[in-house]
Amino acid sequence: MKFLRNYLNKIKPNFEEGGKLHAFRSVFDGMETFLFVPNDTSKSGVNIHDAIDSKRIMSLVVIALLPAMLFGMYNLGYQNALAAGAVATTSCWEMFLFGLMVMLPKIAVTYIVGLGIEFIVAQWKNEEIHEGFLVSGVLIPMIVPAGCPLWVLAVATAFSVIFAKEVFGGTGMNIVNVALIARAFIFFAYPSVISGESVWVATESIFGIGHDLPDGYTCATALQYVNGGEIAVGAAGAQLSLCDMICGFMPGSIGETSVIAIALGAALLLWTGVASWKVMVSVFVGGIAMILLFTGLMPENDALQQPIYTHLLLGGFCFGAVFMATDPVTAARTETGKFIYGFGIGAMAILIRVFNPGYPEGMMLAILLMNVTAPFIDYCVVQSNVKARAKRLTKKN
Amino acid sequence: MGLFSKKNMEALNTPLLKENPVTVQVLGICSALAVTSKLAPAIVMGLSVTIIVAMANVIISLIRNTIPSRIRIIIQLVVVAALVTLVSEVLKAFAYDVSVQLSVYVGLIITNCILMGRLEAFAMQNKPWPSFLDGIGNGLGYAMILVIVAIVREIFGSGTLLDFPVIPQCVYDAGYINNGLMLMAPMAFFLIAIVIWVQRAKDKSLQE
Repeated sequence: MKFLRNYLNKIKPNFEEGGKLHAFRSVFDGMETFLFVPNDTSKSGVNIHDAIDSKRIMSLVVIALLPAMLFGMYNLGYQNALAAGAVATTSCWEMFLFGLMVMLPKIAVTYIVGLGIEFIVAQWKNEEIHEGFLVSGVLIPMIVPAGCPLWVLAVATAFSVIFAKEVFGGTGMNIVNVALIARAFIFFAYPSVISGESVWVATESIFGIGHDLPDGYTCATALQYVNGGEIAVGAAGAQLSLCDMICGFMPGSIGETSVIAIALGAALLLWTGVASWKVMVSVFVGGIAMILLFTGLMPENDALQQPIYTHLLLGGFCFGAVFMATDPVTAARTETGKFIYGFGIGAMAILIRVFNPGYPEGMMLAILLMNVTAPFIDYCVVQSNVKARAKRLTKKN
Repeated sequence: MGLFSKKNMEALNTPLLKENPVTVQVLGICSALAVTSKLAPAIVMGLSVTIIVAMANVIISLIRNTIPSRIRIIIQLVVVAALVTLVSEVLKAFAYDVSVQLSVYVGLIITNCILMGRLEAFAMQNKPWPSFLDGIGNGLGYAMILVIVAIVREIFGSGTLLDFPVIPQCVYDAGYINNGLMLMAPMAFFLIAIVIWVQRAKDKSLQE
């Protein structure tokens, strides 16, 4: 650590006013504050700062995402081997390596495009580099299917960073989740690469690792089967067991399949206080309430033929509840508002899944919708508080 | 006063950029979203609006001194409605395919805010010739934005321009896919926003 600090101090003059690398000052500044908590003190106003600044919080979220990402990589290889009928002959490491090679280019492309735009904007506006893309850059590759082409990912990332974030003023100013806007962009602009039955399992071997699947191989996600009123089957055509659903051995967007890996991340987020348990819990409460309501109202609906827990285990429900809904920037800020906001997400996700067979995954649209209504929820909560206090005051007098 | 005096040219020029009805006054947005997914209907729509604004401006300007001010809106509407009906019938007769694509939006030119705005703000106070130039300017300013948006939407949304394929097959073979969002109205919003963004970045006097 000492060595790194000394090195940074040594090269720092190059980036200051008049230095020969002054043009890249925002890049240097971004790296320095990422590696070390900035040691400048405030001259006026608030003089107490938490050592955990937003760069540290972002790093924590990335760490919380790691279990889901690593499992996602392994699952990519596992699904590929399963579809090829070669699980017994493929080693665990080979599966993981295959997943790594599918995943790495996606992560690299997202970071290069997203951070590139952030660096350019920071340089252009003479601002510090914002750290927000640290999390979005990991989230975006995790919520797309294995078959998503890299150029689509690049276009979607550029679109969401510019239009969902920079035009609103950068990190912390966005009103909707940046990663979800990227996914929504792909979903509406290039529906063939993110829905349907041919994109969820990686079909080509890379550098001799993995298996080439026959042309025209298709496998829908478990959620698509369940919404269609069928029994969910895996990549090899065998029925998915409850264990498969919880552990995540099923086709789907890369990071969303394993409930256990997501739970590990959730535990870290809750333990460190980064995410709000109120949002997480109320998302599940909202989802369950909605399933119970619909099961009572119209028991013959296709999407409601499986046990209640399947809807919570399948698709992006858990991933969205833990990593997307709790995003402190776009969620409701008031404590009561968080319950309403989370409940709305869970309820809306199930509503979309049950009533709109065109969008098998309701979670994305539900979170985006509630992101937009979050300021309104806060407004109502604050106003009702004001009214309650005014009432109390008049009663006393 | 000469036909092309400085003041008259101003009436023609300012609506093209500085007072553009779509990007600066933000009028006529709904038709700009609805008809711009292909270039051909956008051009036809732009021309129709240009002709109608110019003719309506001239007619209202000619009779401006005889219109009782209490019922002027009704009279303006009658004139516009007559012109819109004429244009709509001409389109049905000579460009049937495009008129089907434009569907209700030709009829809805009656409610286009640009028309009533120009009649109220310009034709009621000015002579026929400047009013005509003002109408042409505003119509072309509207048409220009429509064409810009429609070119981008058609190239990236359908891979064609005026229905001729412009993106070569080899690009599709390499994995390129047309952007479906371009064909939906939301993307037209984004494109108009980008045009406004570029215009305001260039012309500081427009920034609020």
